Amino acid sequence: MSGLKILVPVKRVLDYALKPRIKSNKIDLTGQKQSLNPFDEIAIEEAVRLRDRHTKKTSPAAIASITAISLGPAKAADSLRTALAMGADNAIHILTAEDVDLEPLSVAKVLAHIVKEEGSNVVLCGKQTISDDSAQTGPMLAGLLGWAQVTQIAAVKFVDGETAEVTREVDGGNETLKAKVPMVLTTDLRLNEPRYATLPNIMKAKKKPLKKTNLADLGLELAPRMRNVKVEEPPPRKGGVKVEDVDGMIAKLKELGAL
Amino acid sequence: MVSPVLSRIAVRASRQLGRQRASFGPRTIVRAASSKHPNGFVPPTQEDLTELRDRVQEFTRREITEEFAAKVDRENEFPPEMWQKLGEAGFLGITVEEDHGGLAMGYQAHCVVMEELSRASASIALSYAAHSQLCVNQIRLHGTTQQTEKYLPGLVSGTAVGALAMSEHGAGSDVVSMTTTAKEVDGGYILNGSKMWITNGPDANYIVVYAKTDPKAGSKGMTAFIVETKDDSGKVAKGFSVAQKLDKLGMRGSNTGELVFDNVFVPKENVLGQLNRGVKVLMSGLDLERLVLSAGPLGIMRACMDISLPYTHTRKQFGTPIAFNQLLQGKLADMYTAYLTASSLTYTIAAAVDNGTPAHFLTPHSLFPTAENLESDSRDPSVKSQDCAAAILYAAENATKCALDAIQCLGGTGYVNEVAAGRLLRDAKLYEIGAGTSEIRRVIIGRTFNHMYAGKATAKAQ
Repeated sequence: MSGLKILVPVKRVLDYALKPRIKSNKIDLTGQKQSLNPFDEIAIEEAVRLRDRHTKKTSPAAIASITAISLGPAKAADSLRTALAMGADNAIHILTAEDVDLEPLSVAKVLAHIVKEEGSNVVLCGKQTISDDSAQTGPMLAGLLGWAQVTQIAAVKFVDGETAEVTREVDGGNETLKAKVPMVLTTDLRLNEPRYATLPNIMKAKKKPLKKTNLADLGLELAPRMRNVKVEEPPPRKGGVKVEDVDGMIAKLKELGAL
Repeated sequence: MVSPVLSRIAVRASRQLGRQRASFGPRTIVRAASSKHPNGFVPPTQEDLTELRDRVQEFTRREITEEFAAKVDRENEFPPEMWQKLGEAGFLGITVEEDHGGLAMGYQAHCVVMEELSRASASIALSYAAHSQLCVNQIRLHGTTQQTEKYLPGLVSGTAVGALAMSEHGAGSDVVSMTTTAKEVDGGYILNGSKMWITNGPDANYIVVYAKTDPKAGSKGMTAFIVETKDDSGKVAKGFSVAQKLDKLGMRGSNTGELVFDNVFVPKENVLGQLNRGVKVLMSGLDLERLVLSAGPLGIMRACMDISLPYTHTRKQFGTPIAFNQLLQGKLADMYTAYLTASSLTYTIAAAVDNGTPAHFLTPHSLFPTAENLESDSRDPSVKSQDCAAAILYAAENATKCALDAIQCLGGTGYVNEVAAGRLLRDAKLYEIGAGTSEIRRVIIGRTFNHMYAGKATAKAQ
């Protein structure tokens, strides 16, 4: 077994601390701080930890390479550089036009193509982006490739070079599954806390290979299948009503037609 | 600007201007003789500096939150684990050569890191500056190969803490009148005396100490030493002690101490720079110290705006946010303009030091056409004492004013210790005193003019 080739898709999104603003039925990103999608950051961190664990001999699974990939305009390279600074070995930047926001299925098709080109056998991605919260790309990718998938993982442990024990948090508690390579894993918050990309590592990252390709050059069928009709803010929260006791609550619920 | 008059002065000036324009384009500048940077230093681009600023903000977002800054102030204690975190992040060796683990990014970068750290916690930033600029940069600039190889790696990684000791109880502004002595003995020197106001003094492993090797020679009898005051295990050097950790009005997250040297032996190899020529090390260090420290008050001004702007727009009185009232608009405008001015000054000067160009768009000759003595004595022409003094003078006084205004903007809430505004004022005030008082800074600038126009002063009456 020559080791796992991990692909980590990353996306540059509106910084998690900022409040989204809507303009002409889209989220307005002009002048706003953008950062690496938090779930993707967790994915990079986990890939690097998997490699560290093997180096410290606490895991039998060797990691052959960690490749970060991003689909986006020129500035998406910033997120790739952060991924490289955190420990990815190389990066691929698929350049898209400035205002294009690809649908999850299109992204999955591109990733499937790259997976076949790169020979990756593990895809570690965020469970969703905080830009559209679709949570579809990971599962769609697994479907297109016919691979095993475990979503919203809280822990992953390789028992040998081909098999992983994966824990996910579900409503009833924790569920542990056994999965075989090749697989798609999507990360959830509890998986790890990502390391800070230190300045020396950022400097070193500048020397790591970053391959650029135009989306059109891939020659894939990526026409959008959905059209955005409307984007609006949720209605402002209205104040609640206090009731005196259980009877009062039942009466109120009946009044509101909920019972 | 300068019209193409065929005179040597104009030609030199336009060459300097040409070099300045090049500094905003591709980095093909021929480095001036400035020795302040490592070999092969390439000045950072504006993009590099913006990215650096983002990285420091990301660091402070994780490691120096508002609650953390309030905690260090309350507890009057520098968080010891912070040194390693700063070291790992790469912040402790911004101006240091890459071979010693530094980033060789220059003084603009150092100011950027200082400003953002100061915005999060001015006291942590002060200790940071004492370590990374006062101690590390001095060792880097004046140390022998043995000294830099021995001391810089630990200081840059954060496993060793650095400090600088020049001031004494009786020698503050008049630092050259210091009375700590260094008597030559077999194999080295014996230090006797005490130092006061030493940032990081209580925690430091390595301290750059100034002492009189020739007390009768005044300023020409001072020598700088690297003193190992505390080893890895925490054991303190024989004869060295911390008389007290000061209980200060502000900067309470930065440990400041009174240090006593009672027959402390320093080996001969630890003389920093030349024997009896310590004043040169001291004075040149002070210029760069003032430049980088001037970013401290800049960070405080940012914090003042961070606190005042949202509050004044949410606090409503008489049915409108108070920020819509003209008197408050004026106050916020003054705060902003003060920050813009002070930061433009600091970063312009830092850029000039990095790029080896004159400090501003006017050449000394066009600024002072009738001066006769434009060459500064023996110091590096790209680091002008009067400009560095001006930078910190302006930034410090404006930071205090901004902090007072921030408290005022917050009204009663600003007067309560639960809110950061009071701490900003207590921290800001230090910058008018440390690294040369405002009075001394004005004297430095004034004396520069005295030197420039000395010829006129002695000329016979016309």
